[in-house]
Amino acid sequence: MSTVALDRLDRAIEAVSAVPDPEIPVVTIADLGMVRAVRLAADGAVEVDLTPTYTGCPATRLIAEEVRAALAAAGLGEARVNLVLSPAWTTDWITPEGRAALRRYGIAPPPRRGDPDAPVPCPRCGSTETEEISRFGSTPCKALWRCRTCREPFDRFKCL
Amino acid sequence: MTTIHLEETPHLTYVLRLADSALVLSHRLSEWCGHAPMLEEDLALTNIALDLLGQARLLYEHAAALEGHGRSEDDLAYLRDAPQFKNLLICELPRGDFAFTVVRQTLVSAFFHPFWQLARSSTDRTLVAIAEKAEKEVAYHLRHAGAWLVRLGDGTEESRRRTLEALDTLWPYTGELFEVDEVGEAMIEAGIGPDPASIRPVFEDTLDRLFAEADLPRPAPTWMQTGGLRGVHTEHLGHMLAVMQHLPRAYPGARW
Repeated sequence: MSTVALDRLDRAIEAVSAVPDPEIPVVTIADLGMVRAVRLAADGAVEVDLTPTYTGCPATRLIAEEVRAALAAAGLGEARVNLVLSPAWTTDWITPEGRAALRRYGIAPPPRRGDPDAPVPCPRCGSTETEEISRFGSTPCKALWRCRTCREPFDRFKCL
Repeated sequence: MTTIHLEETPHLTYVLRLADSALVLSHRLSEWCGHAPMLEEDLALTNIALDLLGQARLLYEHAAALEGHGRSEDDLAYLRDAPQFKNLLICELPRGDFAFTVVRQTLVSAFFHPFWQLARSSTDRTLVAIAEKAEKEVAYHLRHAGAWLVRLGDGTEESRRRTLEALDTLWPYTGELFEVDEVGEAMIEAGIGPDPASIRPVFEDTLDRLFAEADLPRPAPTWMQTGGLRGVHTEHLGHMLAVMQHLPRAYPGARW
């Protein structure tokens, strides 16, 4: 690959990776592990493979549009965005940076290697004296929890 | 807008059945929006509806690609009439009370969880991709519905009465889950769809465990309803489609 093409690809990866999740704007789609591949097609267009988190997540279409917009804004032209379902997205793909950002934002990140029954530390005080209020929350990816120590309710990223 | 007619092959019919079941059940669940007994359940039922809608969209897209006439997922969902829908009858029954919704979701999820697990080894690559996603989502639905089944069955006199009533009404619709006609046979033969016979033991185990925990009797064997897979529906589906399809039929090409 020529250095011009490499530079173009680097800029494309950078632009795509910086796109924030529309519902949890403190994390990027790269932090969430949704970006599977960024490449230059034979015709020079940027091609991006994204894995949706939930099949019905209404944000998926918006994210694809925002990726296209970010690439256009970076001067990389009309990009193609493919939704890739297999292998299926898992919460294990959320990066350590993404987990830290979620916790700072007040959302308990999912446990790695998904044991859905592992203790859930409160993102505010760290106590594991927590309980589930509702298995479903404000977005498809979250459940509602409460800390019995500091009394704060909080969102928990569902383990998938 | 005029109704469309698809050129159905066994493969297309099979995918349509899955898509229609997911869409119709999703619509029934979405009818709870703003009506659930508590806010948490309002969120839960609409979230489950959203997962099923997502599955339906992928399946319709796949069906449209199989047909190869450039139709969209919306065409398939909005421009077919009740006799062209191939969903399981259990999915179209009116939403009933909360116990009815919980019992239905438990029964359907107890079937579809092992179904999607097995479909991950289908020879249809697109179905595999959808199954990988759906299996995880339905596992979550089953956990949720099952927990409510236990709470209602082993709850108050009133919740138990309603749960038993729902089980009584819904059980005759579980036979269709395991029905295999020529389409089903062709799909099993081609390695596209799992054999429902291999799903039954898992389905029974799940229900035995939940019924025991909920202190509910195992429903007695009974005459089973059938028809949905062939497009023969209860009177409820037409009414549901009239609501669901009204906008795109009255305003062809509307965008929102």
